[in-house]
Amino acid sequence: MPIINVKDLSKIFGRNAKQATKYLDEGWSKDDILKKTGNTVGVNRATFAVEEGEVFVIMGLSGSGKSTLVRLLNRLIEPTEGSVEIEGQDLAKMNSHDLREIRRQKLSMVFQRFALFPHRTILENAEFGLEVQNIDKEKRKKKAQESLEMVGLGGYMNQFPGQLSGGMQQRVGLARALANDPEVLLMDEAFSALDPLIRKEMQDELLELQEKMKKTIIFITHDLDEALRIGDRIALMKDGRIVQIGSPEEILVNPANEYVEKFVEDVDRSKILNAEHIMKRPETVDIEKHGPRAALERMRKEGLSSIYVTDRKRTLHGYVTADDVSEAAKQEQKDLKSIMRTDVPKVTLQTSMNEIFDMIHDSPVPIAVVEDEKLQGIIVRGAVIAALAGGNEVNLNGSDS
Amino acid sequence: MGVIPKVPAAEWISSATEWITDTFGFLFDFIKNDFGDFIEIFAEDWLMSIPTWLFILVVVVTAFFITGKKFGLAAFSLVGLWFISNQELWEELMNTFTLVIFASIISVIIGVPFGIWMSKSRIVETILTPILDFMQTMPAFVYLIPAVAFFSIGMVPGVFASVIFATPPTVRFTNLGIRQVSKELIEASDAFGTTGRQKLLKVQLPMAKKTIMAGINQTVMLALSMVVIASMIGAKGLGQTVITGLQRAEVGTGFVAGLGIVILAIIIDRFTQNLNTHKGENA
Ligand SMILES: Nc1ncnc2c1ncn2[C@@H]1O[C@H](COP(=O)(O)OP(=O)(O)O)[C@@H](O)[C@H]1O
Ligand SMILES: [Mg+2]
Repeated sequence: MPIINVKDLSKIFGRNAKQATKYLDEGWSKDDILKKTGNTVGVNRATFAVEEGEVFVIMGLSGSGKSTLVRLLNRLIEPTEGSVEIEGQDLAKMNSHDLREIRRQKLSMVFQRFALFPHRTILENAEFGLEVQNIDKEKRKKKAQESLEMVGLGGYMNQFPGQLSGGMQQRVGLARALANDPEVLLMDEAFSALDPLIRKEMQDELLELQEKMKKTIIFITHDLDEALRIGDRIALMKDGRIVQIGSPEEILVNPANEYVEKFVEDVDRSKILNAEHIMKRPETVDIEKHGPRAALERMRKEGLSSIYVTDRKRTLHGYVTADDVSEAAKQEQKDLKSIMRTDVPKVTLQTSMNEIFDMIHDSPVPIAVVEDEKLQGIIVRGAVIAALAGGNEVNLNGSDS
Repeated sequence: MGVIPKVPAAEWISSATEWITDTFGFLFDFIKNDFGDFIEIFAEDWLMSIPTWLFILVVVVTAFFITGKKFGLAAFSLVGLWFISNQELWEELMNTFTLVIFASIISVIIGVPFGIWMSKSRIVETILTPILDFMQTMPAFVYLIPAVAFFSIGMVPGVFASVIFATPPTVRFTNLGIRQVSKELIEASDAFGTTGRQKLLKVQLPMAKKTIMAGINQTVMLALSMVVIASMIGAKGLGQTVITGLQRAEVGTGFVAGLGIVILAIIIDRFTQNLNTHKGENA
């Protein structure tokens, strides 16, 4: 069963909103309704379901109704029509007491401009959701601390939000939301106010956290790159309506209409594709276990002219070439250290295709994709060229399908 | 002109006041007697029983610390209070101080809840705003008349008139301070499932504190400005000395007492302001 089930959910702003819903049913556009009745359509009969543990991205241009939709999910905005079921309970019909309980236990929100309480310390901010549940001091402090440590802010507990950078403030926002251990995380353009580098960092961190937490996340963004990076599924909104729901690939390959196509057109394939997308699983030898003979054997079997050397924890040490290894084997050497080369061409998971393309040109060995010193994968020349040329498996244009 | 006869507005107000006096007479008597006694005890038995030097010392030391260990206010308080005591106006000062304290505290006790109420409802705001305007624009003297009608003369009507005159800024600033809290923070608070009360106590009031304190500061200053006026209906204190000076055409006496009021005003103003800035520093 989906954890969130939204059905025919609408929000119309202004007087006599209820009456204006009939125009929605008659299929009037947002503009026409505004002209006719003076009412603004925020969300127009949205229907979707979100599975537990899923990262569900809602994407659309500014004014398309994303913020309204996400606020309907925790009823910060009263729906005009329709239902929002969280684990089978309809939020739209709930009394204020039950609604409060749901907000405390099951839904947490992260805001675009952080919305931290400036008069509270970082710790007190993170404690907020627990404090309103009247959880005792020691316990909530402990949970809030854990939550702050999880986002890497263990050392800032007694500072005030104003003393932190934007990226750090949003980590606090995230920690505050995670501290009550909610089932669903609502993130309204949570990273949009951050500059691009910090933003990427936060995206990565969110994905990393998600790997451990397996929360259900509703993530709002107006940025397709972000949507593609983060989303398991993406819903595209226009003028309050959801025009397409699908996996990132589906959206790219099969845009439902012109609007989606326009969105997708702007995506520069060399920009969205990065090292992570085109790397392969690496063949390696273990510096502690393997000597020249073992390395030679492995390379022969895989048909390689060089091979990367790591240790048991996958930390990258260097590489050895086939020539050096067979020479060493002849001389009965026992380990690889003396012949290992360390001039490794390295990139990270996020390095863009453009950069990789420049590097791979004059690299004698495959490029190593390294994150935290650990070897994640390798990139061979063929993969880069195939990707740039738009091979089948990475077809992002979608215009011809 | 002439077609419509003079509307007996004054008569109506008089009879309304009379009706109130008759109906709530027992309550007014109670306030006049018991509260009046309490004020007297506070001023004469408590404040005046503190040795002058000790009182001055406490004020000076407090001034030093609340201004962040600076000497300015402390020195001013020392010289100012010493001067008042030297002019043999200490008792008057204590009476004036009592009037201001009681009027301010009552104004705040009434004003903050009204301000909160006003911030919660547009209707209440629409109704209260013109009333507050009215309360502040009406010449303060006018409040003496119902004050005397309800409580005859003395400290109690003085406090009453001062409260009416001094409450509006606290109400206004409380309302303003709460309404100024950004929509996003209110949303954040709601999103975490706060009750109305939790939101008020944990988010709105703490964030409005600076603004509310600015309102309270104004309230205190307005209460102080009522001192001379209230002494016209028998409230004791420096104001009375000013009035006496006026009646007897003694410029010196009146002026010295007036100076005492100014000194008190400056000290109170700086005290309330410093309480404000120091606590809000981290925000
Ligand atoms: N409180 C409101 N009153 C009236 N119209 C609103 C209100 N909030 C949002 N809208 C309108 O609803 C539409 C969707 O807004 P919003 O959900 O904020 O879009 P997005 O988050 O995608 O930028 C916009 O046309 C906006 O002007
Ligand atoms: Mg928005």
